[in-house]
Amino acid sequence: MTNTIKVKTKLSGDVAQIKSLLLHPMETGSRKDPDSGAIIPAHHITQLIFTNNGKQVMVANFSTAVSKNPYFGFSFKGAKAGDTLNVSWVDNIGEKGELETSLK
Amino acid sequence: MQFTKRALMKGSFAMLALAALPRFLLAAAWPEKAFSAPGMSASLKELFGTDVTTTTDKITLKVPEIAENGAVVPVSIKTSLENVESISIVVEKNPRPMVANFEIPSGTLADISSRIKMAETSDVTAVVKTSDGLYSTAKQVKVTIGGCGG
Repeated sequence: MTNTIKVKTKLSGDVAQIKSLLLHPMETGSRKDPDSGAIIPAHHITQLIFTNNGKQVMVANFSTAVSKNPYFGFSFKGAKAGDTLNVSWVDNIGEKGELETSLK
Repeated sequence: MQFTKRALMKGSFAMLALAALPRFLLAAAWPEKAFSAPGMSASLKELFGTDVTTTTDKITLKVPEIAENGAVVPVSIKTSLENVESISIVVEKNPRPMVANFEIPSGTLADISSRIKMAETSDVTAVVKTSDGLYSTAKQVKVTIGGCGG
């Protein structure tokens, strides 16, 4: 499976700044195919979850109105170099993406 | 209960099954009703049980004044309010106003950024839920080309 998640992490003290970019069409379900005129069904990420060393640090719930190839950034405290950051998303048709990286 | 080897085995299998659950199941369910509600007030009621929020200047909402492309509007929200539980982005004039909702566990900073779609010129509202209630700040974004297809 192609990698759908890109993450940049930056530690300053015990605060980790996370910037993530996901590869996803984020179809609203109201757009029409320009050639056939048929409605393109909704296909969007519903949840994006970050855990650090197994502890949930962020749950993002998305509607169809989050832009295509979503960008999401946030920060959390209590982080240190070498911590395992896990990023996972799931969409409305059950597709998934996951990435594990260590903080530095 | 008699403590048999069999019971012990059963127990450890149950533990294994629990550990193997996908991570996203541990999170609260995706609030489908709030996301499909057609009006701002309805979507807030679905998510929070009320549409009454206190406006505050303690939320910093960063959005462009004019968005040339409604398909990609950068939004960042930060707040100095204490005990933040969640942050939501609501676009009043979108067909379904609730755009996204971020659950903030303790230890996570109330400071998020993302990019959203806007159908037309509208107020963008940041709704922050704290242990004391709901707070909000709104700003208008002028959209030149809508970003919801059609």
